[in-house]
Amino acid sequence: MIRVELVKLFRRPRTYVITGLLCALPFIVAVFLATTRIPPPPGQGGAFLSAVLSNGALYPAAAMALVLPVLLPVSVAVLAGDAVAGEATTGTLRYLLIRPVGRTRLLLAKLVSLVAFVLYAIATVLITSYVTGMALFGSRPDSAGVALPADVTSLSGVTITPAGLAWRLVATVGYITVSMLGVAAIALLLSTVTDSPLGAAMGALAVLVVSQVLVTLDAAAAVRPYLPTRYWLAWVDFFREPVLWRDIERGAGLQLVYLVVLLGAAWANFMTRDVKN
Amino acid sequence: MIVTEDLTKRYARITAVQAVGLEVREGDRYGLLGPNGSGKTTLIRMLLGLVFATRGRIEVLGLPVPRQVKQVLPAVGALVEGPGMYPHLPGRTNLALFDAAGPGGGRRDRRRRIDEALERVGLAGIDRRPVRAYSLGMRQRLGLAAALLRRPRLLILDEPTNGLDPRGIREIRDLLTELNTEGTTVLLSSHLLTEVEAFCSRVGVMDNGRLVLQDELSALRAPTGRVVLHTPDGDRVVALLDGRVEHRDGDRLTVRHRTPDDLNAELVTAGVRVVALATERRSLEQVVLDATTTSSDRVDRGPA
Repeated sequence: MIRVELVKLFRRPRTYVITGLLCALPFIVAVFLATTRIPPPPGQGGAFLSAVLSNGALYPAAAMALVLPVLLPVSVAVLAGDAVAGEATTGTLRYLLIRPVGRTRLLLAKLVSLVAFVLYAIATVLITSYVTGMALFGSRPDSAGVALPADVTSLSGVTITPAGLAWRLVATVGYITVSMLGVAAIALLLSTVTDSPLGAAMGALAVLVVSQVLVTLDAAAAVRPYLPTRYWLAWVDFFREPVLWRDIERGAGLQLVYLVVLLGAAWANFMTRDVKN
Repeated sequence: MIVTEDLTKRYARITAVQAVGLEVREGDRYGLLGPNGSGKTTLIRMLLGLVFATRGRIEVLGLPVPRQVKQVLPAVGALVEGPGMYPHLPGRTNLALFDAAGPGGGRRDRRRRIDEALERVGLAGIDRRPVRAYSLGMRQRLGLAAALLRRPRLLILDEPTNGLDPRGIREIRDLLTELNTEGTTVLLSSHLLTEVEAFCSRVGVMDNGRLVLQDELSALRAPTGRVVLHTPDGDRVVALLDGRVEHRDGDRLTVRHRTPDDLNAELVTAGVRVVALATERRSLEQVVLDATTTSSDRVDRGPA
């Protein structure tokens, strides 16, 4: 069933359209930066953006910071919202269930295919943005080490080895995947509740927007540590020397709790639901 | 094959299926009739474990549903409320995906089985066009092919001839007859009387969620004790048989008489010319109309 879900994911044109959009955003930003050479003032704009002007090898990290807050969660919410509700709409859900595919198995396969999508999307963004970064900004002549940017680390001039950069990127991908799984879990739960893919995606996005608003609201400081989007950008801490683990650990832990609760609810709801379309 | 006892499904306010005791026997060609909204589809969904019953017991292929539905379904092929396919993929790919999704679909002979099923439903020559581009009838045939893919022992078909033209309907009926003689039990739900009358040996009629009638078609269509007679000498027949002519419509007369052969002898002896003579049977339509009340898609104004 997992294989079937993956075939469905990668034989669908929309998968490539969404990934294309995800890759387009960093590319557009890169073109503007490269032509004007105006860096965002320190402390403003996307993370890493001023650093990439001097070193294109950091552009993948900057690209992640660009797609993560909005575009990637929107894509994940759309796909996850479609996961069950979309099958219900096309009338394929009932045929999968009477094939028979167990309901637990079906949900699991959907989840695996969502993880596959997130990994695929991130990988594509990383690769295209690396190519873009190298082509438009070039790498430092002394490519033995990568200088961590001043707007991220408080210490400027710290360099990390290419191997260090590599593991940091892998860890970043892992962290972002877990964060996106949180989004997927919300949308998947709603997808088992409603038969409207759009409704499920919309619901998940509403949750994220509310969370984002509350994160910046001082009056909501009491609930801030429990908001699903609170630690989304904590992966930036991987690029500090030494790595600042506190927020990363909290973020991962929080997402795991959300995952267990939301997926549990989705499973319980789907198992007992009458499939009427 | 299928036995239900006191099967009931209640949604928030309405009772969709109420105390149904369905019995489909091995080798049956069972026709489930009933007006729109009488609960046929809900009943079928419960048999397949898609909808969970509020009360009652279901047994399919000797196993309890939904508890052991996973063991039951591999031997069941079904078409529920129209085919469901991925519109952006070609028909063959759709069949292959569904086949790969569950148990009992061997990968080695998948191609052969798909070709065979497509051949049977008359789609042997379909190309690589996506299902989106198919006509309603083609989709219906594809859905049927999906149901036949693993040579099921039991076929559960909800309105299988939807969207087909008269020739298509005939072809599907022939196919189902062929499968039935090969040993497949067929449960067919329809609101088309002619379809059921032409194919089924056993009939169940649903009305307002209840199974109001379940019997052999031949028993339901028992002779009415009347003979229908066509003759150009209508007046003479009326005179001859006196009060036994119950109805007259030009050359067509309905005569109360047990057997047509005795009547024929009597008429011929009297010199009456007979064009045609036949035992009158209840039409299935009459049976169904007598057993059911009203279509649920008809909405009358309530008393003010």
